[in-house]
Amino acid sequence: MRFTKDHEWIELEGDVAVIGVTAYAAEQLGDVVFVETPEVGKQVKAGDNLAVVESVKAASDVYAPVSGEVVEANEALADAPETVNAAPEAAGWFAKLKLANPAELDQLMDRPAYEAYLQTL
Amino acid sequence: MAMQNIGRPTQPRAADLENHASLTGGRGLLQDEPLIFELGGWDKTGVDLEPAEHDASDLGDLVRAEPIGLPGLSEPETLRHYVRLSQKNHAIDLALYPLGSCTMKHNPRLNEKAARLAGFADLHPLQPVSTAQGALALMDRLAHWLKTLTGMPAVALTPKAGAHGELCGLLAIKAAHDDAGQGHRRTVLTPTSAHGTNPATAAFVGYQVAEIAQTADGRIDLADLAAKLGPEVAAIMVTNPNTCGLFERDIVEIARLTHAAGAYFYADGANFNAVVGRVKPGDLGVDAMHINLHKTFSTPHGGGGPGAGPVVLSEALAPFAPVPWLVSGPQGFGLIEEPAGEAAQAFGRMCAFQGQMGMFVRAYAYMRSHGADGLRQVAEDAVLNANYVKARLQTAMTPAFPDGPCMHEALFDDSWLEGTGVTTLDLAKALIDEGFHPMTMYFPLVVHGAMLIEPTETEPKRELDRFCEAMLALAKAAKGNDRERLKGAPYLAPMRRLDETLAARKPRLTWRPGTTGVAPAPLAAE
Repeated sequence: MRFTKDHEWIELEGDVAVIGVTAYAAEQLGDVVFVETPEVGKQVKAGDNLAVVESVKAASDVYAPVSGEVVEANEALADAPETVNAAPEAAGWFAKLKLANPAELDQLMDRPAYEAYLQTL
Repeated sequence: MAMQNIGRPTQPRAADLENHASLTGGRGLLQDEPLIFELGGWDKTGVDLEPAEHDASDLGDLVRAEPIGLPGLSEPETLRHYVRLSQKNHAIDLALYPLGSCTMKHNPRLNEKAARLAGFADLHPLQPVSTAQGALALMDRLAHWLKTLTGMPAVALTPKAGAHGELCGLLAIKAAHDDAGQGHRRTVLTPTSAHGTNPATAAFVGYQVAEIAQTADGRIDLADLAAKLGPEVAAIMVTNPNTCGLFERDIVEIARLTHAAGAYFYADGANFNAVVGRVKPGDLGVDAMHINLHKTFSTPHGGGGPGAGPVVLSEALAPFAPVPWLVSGPQGFGLIEEPAGEAAQAFGRMCAFQGQMGMFVRAYAYMRSHGADGLRQVAEDAVLNANYVKARLQTAMTPAFPDGPCMHEALFDDSWLEGTGVTTLDLAKALIDEGFHPMTMYFPLVVHGAMLIEPTETEPKRELDRFCEAMLALAKAAKGNDRERLKGAPYLAPMRRLDETLAARKPRLTWRPGTTGVAPAPLAAE
């Protein structure tokens, strides 16, 4: 699993990557009440808006950690946005991307690096 | 001696009222009140209307067969419904209302008297302008004051709120770019601390939004701004003082960089009350700025509105101002209603008719009763009061930007609550129990657990002290062993703490049917 400074995680499963927000992000957001997942087929570049997550505190954009095409969105979040709080780094995933450039993954942090980064916040 | 011989006890009887409840659910003179639709009365009407003389209908089988579903209440029933609801509410007329960024200050009653003058209150927007010269003259004087106070050559009076003003300003900017062959400029820059309406307005107009970074001392990062300005940037939107309650010291340089890049400088005037009479935005290089009459110029808002957000425009943007244009000639005042002739470049219009006349009267009454010197003192006192609150509260709480004074609002973060388990939200709810409206919380987004306190200039020192003492007592409770006071708050409000998460996740939009007559079907399922 790789991480961004904006608290997205990404995990490669074959040539498809699963993307979500980290446990730290889920805790900071507070209770998530709405998730807008991307449409399948949407092309995104690294840093583009991928999804919107709305909590009782605020609405926040979720950025694509890498470039690619959305091949699946987690439709279950529409009825159960609380999954983002309950299992942010598992069942609370947002979308799956077919990677345009797998080398982009190397730019991201691994877990020890991300945890070290969290200590600086 | 004549003597009243029916005695009655005059001393209250000591009683344990801890768990006392009334028999019918009322709380003394505060009545429990259902929704107006739950009051029902579907089969009756509160007014008698003569049967229509010609009751033959051309609608045929389109005539509604079902009841329309409006509650049928008499005048006293209707009045009581809303008065009972209002008793559960907080108002600036009850106590200090420190909602940061909102400028909840006193609405002088002189404004109300002026707005109720029949010549203003009974106007119809379609009556001939020759019969509304006094009203147009007032709008002209108001425009003169707004232009003088901002140092700007033109003003569009029609926008009906701050965000509507932002829309007006950006549409003028877009029209100017299109006119200059610069329609390819697709980006608007806003600081990370911007009011949410800024990026929302830019997106609504069709722009991409990019954020300008903030420095550690809460101001715009000039280097980041310079790096992001370019040939695709249409405008920047900046609030000064900003939402951290801080003056952007580099504002002139910000304007210079913006203009050098061919972009326009939109200023969000929500915080104009901090600088009115002391700073002219035109001198800072601003191209467009909305002025919330319902903030700086004391017209009511927060349910008592409506708002009004006139937009002042620079020389470059003035030709694109929306119609109607108020003009004066030998025949008196007139209105140019179409984008033609003199107003050929006007981008369109912001609303039907001429804007919020009632608010124009109130704002003008406020300006005239204060005078130029009084308005200057408004800004001084707004800043003084905020700094008094900051100075008293920083003995127990952590200011987000401790160095130097603030402007008209004091911003704290929640680092002083660390380890207590108490949150900004808990503190806000506990403030209700103490008789105050909560401060703005969790905004601006750049400050963790933000508490944004704007006392405004109309609060006397005694009320500021009462508020500070309540805050300090709550801070002590949060840091001590009295945390349930905050975590369970509010205890004394008409409703205890609501489950916001459940309400947002599973909103229930239905009501209990009325008790009399035939109830309409509920609006929507869950």
